[in-house]
Amino acid sequence: MSATLDVIVPGSHTTVQDLGRVGYQALGIPVSGALDPVALRLLNGLVGNAPPTAVVEFLYQGPTLEVAVDSVRIAAAGCDIDVLGDPARRFPPWQSIRLTRGTRFRLGAMEKSACGYLAIEGGVALASVLGSQSTYTRGGFGGLEGRVLRSGDRLPLAQPAAEQRGEIRLAAAPDSKPPDRIRVVLGPQEAYFTDAAIDIFLSEPFAVTKEADRMGLRLEGPALAHARGYNIASDGVVTGAIQVPGSGHPIIMLADHQTTGGYPKIATVVSADLAAVGRLRPGDPIRFRAVSRVEAEAARRALESDIERRGRNTVPAVEGNGLNQAALYASNLVSGIVNATDWPSDGKR
Amino acid sequence: MDGAELDKAERGARFLPSGDTALTVELGERVDRSLSAAVIDLAARIDSADLAGIVEIVPTFRSLLVHYDPLLTTANALEGQITGLLAHPTAARQSGRRWRIPACYEADFAPDLDEVARRTGLSPAQVVEQHTAESYHVYMLGFLPGYPYMGDLPDAIQLPRRESPRIRVPAGSVAIATSLTAVYTIEGPAGWHLIGRTPVPFFDLRGAPPALLSPGDTVSFEATSRDAYDRLAAEVANGGFDAASLRAA
Repeated sequence: MSATLDVIVPGSHTTVQDLGRVGYQALGIPVSGALDPVALRLLNGLVGNAPPTAVVEFLYQGPTLEVAVDSVRIAAAGCDIDVLGDPARRFPPWQSIRLTRGTRFRLGAMEKSACGYLAIEGGVALASVLGSQSTYTRGGFGGLEGRVLRSGDRLPLAQPAAEQRGEIRLAAAPDSKPPDRIRVVLGPQEAYFTDAAIDIFLSEPFAVTKEADRMGLRLEGPALAHARGYNIASDGVVTGAIQVPGSGHPIIMLADHQTTGGYPKIATVVSADLAAVGRLRPGDPIRFRAVSRVEAEAARRALESDIERRGRNTVPAVEGNGLNQAALYASNLVSGIVNATDWPSDGKR
Repeated sequence: MDGAELDKAERGARFLPSGDTALTVELGERVDRSLSAAVIDLAARIDSADLAGIVEIVPTFRSLLVHYDPLLTTANALEGQITGLLAHPTAARQSGRRWRIPACYEADFAPDLDEVARRTGLSPAQVVEQHTAESYHVYMLGFLPGYPYMGDLPDAIQLPRRESPRIRVPAGSVAIATSLTAVYTIEGPAGWHLIGRTPVPFFDLRGAPPALLSPGDTVSFEATSRDAYDRLAAEVANGGFDAASLRAA
């Protein structure tokens, strides 16, 4: 029997993403991968996966899915998991839950983050394209047929069932609030801007416009004046690069960005702050602060320790009805009862 | 290109910060064949030096972007190591392949040919003649998977990019803008002037590598009839096409 998660409602820009397609940028192939790689790594830990395992990413509005496998263990970031049926149950982000065949669940609207994630124990059974399962929609490859998920899709799972175990949650979930200032390293082309433009860039507030997708975020705010024109002979672009076209309004390059570009880049977001930038929504304010490259590298090492510490620090999960399931088991209050998360919630049994 | 010229390009090398996961090694600021040769040569040397922590290297017209893992190395360490390599250029590496690419310049496939002709004061046939007369150097791949930036166009057919880009053009569209020519490798938006189309797949995930061309290759275009285009397109569709058949001696 096939093992799938069936798409009832696709949500918005729902794709399969892992940590990206590394090693092909010289051929013009973007890295892609999760906009919030920190969430991806922590969620995979909760469902027992290796950190880089592919997950489902959605923007602004999550999908509604039906379990078409004996059982599955999942965890979400960015929104609650609403298990539909009677009784309906709601589970918070950053915890694992186990669902059984026929259960429908909805990943709700996100209020604080542009991107949400669903990790699945065992991952998805999709071909790896150039070393990655990440979807690159513009190129039409990776993920499920190189595109966003649609109603009626059946997302194949790598694992036919999830063994019962105590469900867990992160004791300390990552802060979804963006930092007051996003850290940047100036360059590579800060010399293409006036001193006044650099001052404005590092002191004034900007805001994310509606032109925001997996390729990049266009910002609004004071225009940044070029000192030496705005066309350069194309050079390489790294994720987080902030390029400034002729309009003077900066664009932060995200996961699906082109590998090369012909506009000067005033600065580059440090890798430790990329996840926070990936979560920004249209209208969100953003301010920048310059750090040295050595500080940026240290910030990244600090982030890695933080991910490692949060990932290790798990505690028994809270049940959907607010009871602590593991504590109930431990005190024998519910001896003999079926694990609540095994109940099909659609009333078929 | 001799060793002295490479040496000259490399003496002007500058390191530019690109955050904490990449380092730009800039050899110049122009689109220039000798700069490009120096970039390609340096990329090969960094690659074969197998430096710890380098994730991938992207050569462009006039610089290299060296992507690195900041948990395995630092930009300062890489700058030191690459400076050591800069001092020892290998001269005149001529590893580029030569390609002859069939392209059909008939009206259906060339929506901008008449305008290019009008703006350059040539006839459409003369524009095609100019485009097919030159051998082009592949400077770099970028913008789209496998998209080759090739040059230099004859002066007579150089024009700025279109003022308003098209939203969607078919894969295989042969295009020109400024001093460059290219082939759109997948369907998508396009800001260059479209003067023909080739059935040759420039990007194919089944290929190893998936991009037909590499920086340093040389390409010339051959005008073909619509019939020849259709026959080759059918070969591509049924799997009978072999890209090696386009390699020139």
